[in-house]
Amino acid sequence: MEISTTRRSFITGLIAVGALLVLPATLLAALVRPKAAFNSKAIDASLKSLFGDASIEASDKINLKVPEIAENGAVVPITISTDIEGVESISVIIDKNPNPLSANFNLTDAVAAEVSTRVKMGQSSPVRALVKAKGKVYFTTKEVKVTIGGCGG
Amino acid sequence: MEDKSVKIRGKVKDGVVKVKVLISHPMETGTRRHADSGELIPAKYIEEVVFSHNGNDVLTAYWGTSVSKNPYSAFKIKSATAGDKVAVRWSDNTGASGAKEIALK
Repeated sequence: MEISTTRRSFITGLIAVGALLVLPATLLAALVRPKAAFNSKAIDASLKSLFGDASIEASDKINLKVPEIAENGAVVPITISTDIEGVESISVIIDKNPNPLSANFNLTDAVAAEVSTRVKMGQSSPVRALVKAKGKVYFTTKEVKVTIGGCGG
Repeated sequence: MEDKSVKIRGKVKDGVVKVKVLISHPMETGTRRHADSGELIPAKYIEEVVFSHNGNDVLTAYWGTSVSKNPYSAFKIKSATAGDKVAVRWSDNTGASGAKEIALK
């Protein structure tokens, strides 16, 4: 009798601990800076740490607005918008920068799927816009030619 | 919340507002060197910016070192009316931070 009570409370305890562990993890998931992804110098490693094993596919529903030729690599304007439903995040990766991941915007339902920013580019490079929606990741790429690099000052 | 590091502009049009934000910040990558001494300039860049609408966080941006100096950002709030409060708060890798709130026009 005593043993079974102990076991029951032990199991209840386990469930409670489990719930405690799972809950903050899901709450925090959207609210923690993906440090490893930003520090990484390899695109694949950045993608992996940002999106885990989620499939990443090309999409024509992402509108990536960047200049074809950037005269000043220190200030390259970027606007990303998309028609994809349920957008959770929009990220910018500049393939040939020392740390390719530049920005990661986490959206809520209150904002439209459109963000603008300005980035530095060390040299001409493909620029990728990545959109995460409903657990899937979509991307589009555009080449930006830089005439004066933005990382040497 | 008078903070000169942040400028926010937003004018409501048809219930939607495009919010434009400018933050004064060096966004040093940590890889540049002083022209004279050749010493590395320590990294100082904004890591996190949170945009809120009437007290609710609506957009959280995480940035790396490659966001431009004096960062500009813009986004759209789907449903807004004039007088709504829009606020921005940022923090950088050295622990510095700033914040500002405005009422939409």
